[in-house]
Amino acid sequence: MQGKPLADAETDAAAAALSDRPIAIQVNNLDFYYGKTHALHGITLGFPERSVTGMIGPSGCGKSTLLRVLNRMYDLYPGQRATGEVLFAGQNILGNGLDMNALRSRVGMVFQKPTPFPMSIYDNIAFGIRLHERVSRSEMDGRVEDALRRVALWTEVKDRLQASATALSGGQQQRLCIARTIAVRPEVILLDEPTSALDPVSTARIEELLDELKTEFTIAIVTHNMQQAARCADQVAFFYLGELVEVDSTARMFTAPRESRTQDYITGRFG
Amino acid sequence: MGNEPAHTVTRYDQELDRLRGLVARMGGLVERQTAQAIAAVVDQDEDAALEPPELDVEVDALEREAESLAIRILALRAPMAVDLRVIIAVLKITGDFERIGDYAASIARRALKVEPLDGALSFGALRNMARLVQENLHSAIEAMVNNDSECAMQVWNSDTAIDELYTAMFRELVTYMMEDPRKISPCIHLLFVAKNLERIGDHATNIAERVYYAVTGEMLPALRPRGGAAKKPAEAG
Repeated sequence: MQGKPLADAETDAAAAALSDRPIAIQVNNLDFYYGKTHALHGITLGFPERSVTGMIGPSGCGKSTLLRVLNRMYDLYPGQRATGEVLFAGQNILGNGLDMNALRSRVGMVFQKPTPFPMSIYDNIAFGIRLHERVSRSEMDGRVEDALRRVALWTEVKDRLQASATALSGGQQQRLCIARTIAVRPEVILLDEPTSALDPVSTARIEELLDELKTEFTIAIVTHNMQQAARCADQVAFFYLGELVEVDSTARMFTAPRESRTQDYITGRFG
Repeated sequence: MGNEPAHTVTRYDQELDRLRGLVARMGGLVERQTAQAIAAVVDQDEDAALEPPELDVEVDALEREAESLAIRILALRAPMAVDLRVIIAVLKITGDFERIGDYAASIARRALKVEPLDGALSFGALRNMARLVQENLHSAIEAMVNNDSECAMQVWNSDTAIDELYTAMFRELVTYMMEDPRKISPCIHLLFVAKNLERIGDHATNIAERVYYAVTGEMLPALRPRGGAAKKPAEAG
């Protein structure tokens, strides 16, 4: 036999296609500290453009922390600092003097629990747009409708746009939050366990939505649900105790991971 | 396949152990079937000839049991990585075992139709071939039970010798048949016996491929190495 044995051709092709994509966000040698706690150790990871990167690992492994570095959410709390670099659009976003509002309009975030604002459905979407842009009433109507259509919520709410967003179901609220995020036309969407509070049907809708959104946005999703990462992600990164243990194409990670720690985790052998 | 630490969920380990036990039992049965079938031919042993078809019933029942357990585990545990590879390997390997059992039964049913014909037909070449096939089958099963990818690779690489022996037997038997038409019938039966043995060897190679994938996560190339002399008889002209 000559050379290295092959994984199957389709798995190899998927991995190759992913590695050919330009990188939207490149994290290099990132260390992160909560006060004295060293939460992330020398993370180097690229997020390929217009694809879904799934981040998995046990609680406290640092995956959510990394997500919060990507749009500088950690700035909101004192005593936290990051070293290394996170390159986005040619700039190290860890640097000083960065316009945080601009960054967060380009790198949007959706949280575990739906966070609708206590205002109408319409205003939930319009609010974010108004923060960053001045648009006419008719253009705003168009943007709101477009965002709601993109998350497949339009037909469900078009007759009650002025009703309170908090009256929507959990799944609808989460789709509203995603609509709010994409309405400001970001380049990257960060999702932190976006379906852990949702029923299976709502979860499937969000996953279907991710499949559509990734044709236009770069997506990073943190999830405790391994099957969800398997279903949604193009590449999967496994974190453990603040380290990035392994990152690879999703098919490879779930059929033949290279690291035994990854395998133990995804097969349910973690002791 | 199974050298990993235990699952957090103990029942999951128990189910996988049971699955591995079923397929190991199948392996033991088809090894016995093959040995008895060969003995039936080369020793012209009537009693030995009865056993392989009887064991086939048991082999088929084990295949069905393993398949339904594998489907249950796939549905209920959503296995990943090495667990997934093992279950897929088991599904394929049980299919290979089932075929081997059929070939052994078929050899046994022919055993007494292969008369040595005035001593002109010796079973020397068949004995050689049978020995290699049995060795490969045994090694493939050992590789499976011990998660031994090296051993699997050896089986995969050594099927060529069986193919070569089969080709040689084919030529020899064609010569006998041309010399004396009265030998055609026993020669044809012997040729089928050899062909079935060669197929058993191929299934042993398949099993080795599955084991290699389950253990390493890498697939062996689609084409096996073949010696220049090991062309199939149909191509050998």
